[in-house]
Amino acid sequence: MDRYLSIFLTFARACLVRDMTFRANFVLECLTSMGWMSMNLAFYLLVFQFTPEIGKGTGWTREPFFAFVATGLIINSIVQALFMPSAEELTEMVRTGGLDGVLVQPLDAQFLLSMHRVDFSSFANGIVGVGLLGWALSRMDHAPPAAAWLLYPLLILCGVAILYSLVIMLAAATILLGRNQSLYDFWFYLTNFSRYPAEIYAGPWGGPLRALCTFVIPILLVVNVPARVIALPLEGQAWGLVWLVVTAAIVSLVVSRIVFQTALAKYRSASS
Amino acid sequence: MSRAVAIRPFPGLRAWWTMLVICLEERLAYRGDFVLGTAMRFLPIVTQVFLWTAVFAATTRSDIAGYSRTDIVAYYLLTMVTRAFSSMPGLAGGIARSVRDGSIKKYLVQPVDYVSFLLAARIAHKLVYYAVAFVPFAVVFFLCRGYFPPMPDTATIGAFTVSLVLSFLLGFFMEATLGMLGFWFLEVSSIIFAYMLVQYLLSGHMFPLDMLAGVPTGVAGVSVADVVRWLPFEYTAYFPAAVWLGKIRGAELVRSLAIEAAWVAVMAVACRVAWWRGTRRYSAFGG
Repeated sequence: MDRYLSIFLTFARACLVRDMTFRANFVLECLTSMGWMSMNLAFYLLVFQFTPEIGKGTGWTREPFFAFVATGLIINSIVQALFMPSAEELTEMVRTGGLDGVLVQPLDAQFLLSMHRVDFSSFANGIVGVGLLGWALSRMDHAPPAAAWLLYPLLILCGVAILYSLVIMLAAATILLGRNQSLYDFWFYLTNFSRYPAEIYAGPWGGPLRALCTFVIPILLVVNVPARVIALPLEGQAWGLVWLVVTAAIVSLVVSRIVFQTALAKYRSASS
Repeated sequence: MSRAVAIRPFPGLRAWWTMLVICLEERLAYRGDFVLGTAMRFLPIVTQVFLWTAVFAATTRSDIAGYSRTDIVAYYLLTMVTRAFSSMPGLAGGIARSVRDGSIKKYLVQPVDYVSFLLAARIAHKLVYYAVAFVPFAVVFFLCRGYFPPMPDTATIGAFTVSLVLSFLLGFFMEATLGMLGFWFLEVSSIIFAYMLVQYLLSGHMFPLDMLAGVPTGVAGVSVADVVRWLPFEYTAYFPAAVWLGKIRGAELVRSLAIEAAWVAVMAVACRVAWWRGTRRYSAFGG
């Protein structure tokens, strides 16, 4: 484990050195990334011009909803910074045969393929997310209890673990398809479901979709559970969701590992 | 010699046809990836439908900026059709990359016009996309038929069709011009990303632009919507959808179509000028 941590830190250091070599580009990337986020925040502010709440009686009024958005920003920035750059490179590695070089390394292939690149500029959104969370919580009627503060970082980690598992399974799809330029799009579209409170998925179509995105692909648990714990009263149902997200994180990690190893076993080199 | 001329009366047309066939084959080479990418584009609309349903459930309003709940769902579905025409994934980045890695030089020595080649490639891309996407589009629109107002009249359908074709051309020339900035800047990915942000917000892809009517600019009597109306972005998502829904009619419709056509002309000229000036300053070394 120490060996892997040391190698990861070496990767991270190399990426930081590279980012700092092109400082202007780094700043520009941070700004564009924050631009995307600001645009979304502006959209949500516009939505709250027309409604006091997202879903009748759900409790997701303006400040709790912005705490929800902030939680999403924090989780996504961690995943975007640590895992997505490597996963995106994998699409070309499979097609060109570059994956062969990774498979002969005396290290775990999943570790090397999913964590060899760190995009530090993606942390910018996370930092803004922390600020937004502070702003939203300070304006709410009730302060989160101590238990919520203790659980929040753990639930953030569970959310990251679920998204990481999804990245790994998409990477496995890349290996099986031979090329997956849509990887990033797929990621964006799928995580789109986690951007809003689960309560909006109601009715004859929404109910089954909510169940699907909770129990089969647990994407709805990623942001909803930590955001609910910190922004809404910590009541009976919330505790059940806490257990559910912890279980989902563990199961997702195990399943994604099995899927990835199976895909690797089916990999046929593209190089000569 | 005369025989060859008799067999190939339209050499320009044959070149276009060949370019189209090559691009069709290229698009179909990785079918799994293409089908996956096409199917996924329907997912964001699902969240938007549920979001706006939840918004309307929590408010006493019957409409927002003139859009009822069903109007908004129909609007988002129609913007998907519009974006299927106007979005040009990878175009600007591809041009900039070929300038940077030097592969663009083959178009300088071949008897092929680069902008025409790109246009043919994009038409091929769209044809394959429509062929693949027709079934999911038809299924989604059939399932959501209850959200749409009654079928508009023939004139409106005609205006909608013209606006879609113009939106394709506008999207193409805007992105191609953007990609040609690669002649002046080596790395344009950040500029492209910034463009995408502005485009996404101001095209009406995110929400109907009528909702900006109440957002002040600081100038008395001028809202953000008034400013956005004069920019080219709304013609790549909002405008055709609003035409189908009957939000833009009569003289306003004619005026808007004229503005859209004018923007196509402006961006086509800008693209040509960028190509001419860019290739003049372009230099490549080695093999």
